[in-house]
Amino acid sequence: VTTNTQLAETRDEERFSRHRPCKSAVACAVGDDRLQAVDLDEPIQATARIVEQAVLPTPGPVRFGGVDIARPTSLEEATVCLDRWPDATILAGGTDLMVEVNLAGRRPERIVSLRRVGELDVVDGRRIGAGVTFQALERSPHAALAQLARTVGSPQIRAAGTIGGNLGTASPAGDSLPFLAALDADIEVASSAGTRVVPFADFMTGVKQTSLRRGELITAAILPAHVPSRQAFAKVGVRSSMVISIVSGCVLRRDDGGTRIAMGAVGPTMIRPRAAEQMISAERNPTAAACDEFSRLVAQAVTPITDHRATAEYRRHATAVLARRLLERVL
Amino acid sequence: MQISLTVNGEARQVTVGGADSLLKILRDELGLPGSKNACEQGECGSCSVIRDGKLVCACLVMAADCEDSNVTTVEGLSVGDDRHPVQEAMLRAGAVQCGFCTPGFVVAAAYYLDRNPDAAADDLREELAGNICRCTGYGSIVRALAGGIG
Repeated sequence: VTTNTQLAETRDEERFSRHRPCKSAVACAVGDDRLQAVDLDEPIQATARIVEQAVLPTPGPVRFGGVDIARPTSLEEATVCLDRWPDATILAGGTDLMVEVNLAGRRPERIVSLRRVGELDVVDGRRIGAGVTFQALERSPHAALAQLARTVGSPQIRAAGTIGGNLGTASPAGDSLPFLAALDADIEVASSAGTRVVPFADFMTGVKQTSLRRGELITAAILPAHVPSRQAFAKVGVRSSMVISIVSGCVLRRDDGGTRIAMGAVGPTMIRPRAAEQMISAERNPTAAACDEFSRLVAQAVTPITDHRATAEYRRHATAVLARRLLERVL
Repeated sequence: MQISLTVNGEARQVTVGGADSLLKILRDELGLPGSKNACEQGECGSCSVIRDGKLVCACLVMAADCEDSNVTTVEGLSVGDDRHPVQEAMLRAGAVQCGFCTPGFVVAAAYYLDRNPDAAADDLREELAGNICRCTGYGSIVRALAGGIG
């Protein structure tokens, strides 16, 4: 769980530089939460109360350091909770939110925990519930989804982190996002007003920014009816576990050559290099020169930044290498 | 806030402040300092516990959300003086250097080996990827545990 605000992002850059890798590649769902500027010198009062099973009282005065937590057991209850507390922080796997609590002084005042909402934990055909963990996705029949799930964090992180949380955090390095972007999957969100579906490209709007509205929660990622069978995902990092992507990418190719590619961690959102897609989709049996051209066009489309993980130059170079390798895996 | 949960088979009630982690509660309120506090961001695995049948980092679990949870810490793996086979194997092999990461490794390895008792070295390395030993004592840990314990 976590939130998407400019403040959060600014603080991320300050606090995570070098010493504190943010766990944004992993897990959590996000409400339309507003991170409050907090006075870290204020003593934290160890008081809070549990709101039983979504029976919410009229919210009273909020105590700094205290927390009100609602524990809905159904999606309907969860939407009622968010209706009453539209600014609540949504807690799914906790692997993003708790890093902010532990290291960044974040003090959520109202929490809606989704742990008991069983409806969210279900994969039903092409509908992947927001509460499905990366541990469960390691066994997905979609090769790229299974591959990316295995690269998330560690067994401990994969046991907790959810795909809905990955979407809610909306980090450019979110591991599931290149797959969802390449497919242009639909993101299903719900509130007390009902359910709506947002194409991925309209869902993630910037670095840790989504089009989720106040009072809404993410309920599922819905894959298209036809998912190309040739799939590959890979990411570049400093080790093979517990790593936040320097570059990540997913390539999908149909038997007729139709190809999609999405790159992560090389722009504010997922990058879909359309020129590269069009060019390689027209090649039934790409030559080495065509693969080189594809790689060049992908690298041309990305807009990486320099930060503590890598320089923009390295990211662009790694993008070209990764795009070419991913393409070769699906030919 | 008062929450009720089961820790190492015992029903416990505990007062939770704000968004405290389960790790803090285990160590400071429940008298169970076996789970170690190091990175507080899920990076090192030294606070690994089993919560509701899943291996997780206690530092990333919000205690306020633990009502009715069932938690097993490193203290809950041994029965009286009988050590868990993972503890016994690591002791025999001298797979401990400074010891700070050891409880996390013990819990993570016990979780995995209880389900896959004959795990090969490569699988173990994969499954223990979330546990970091800054003495770099991985070789002896894997040798202690690979290919079957007890």
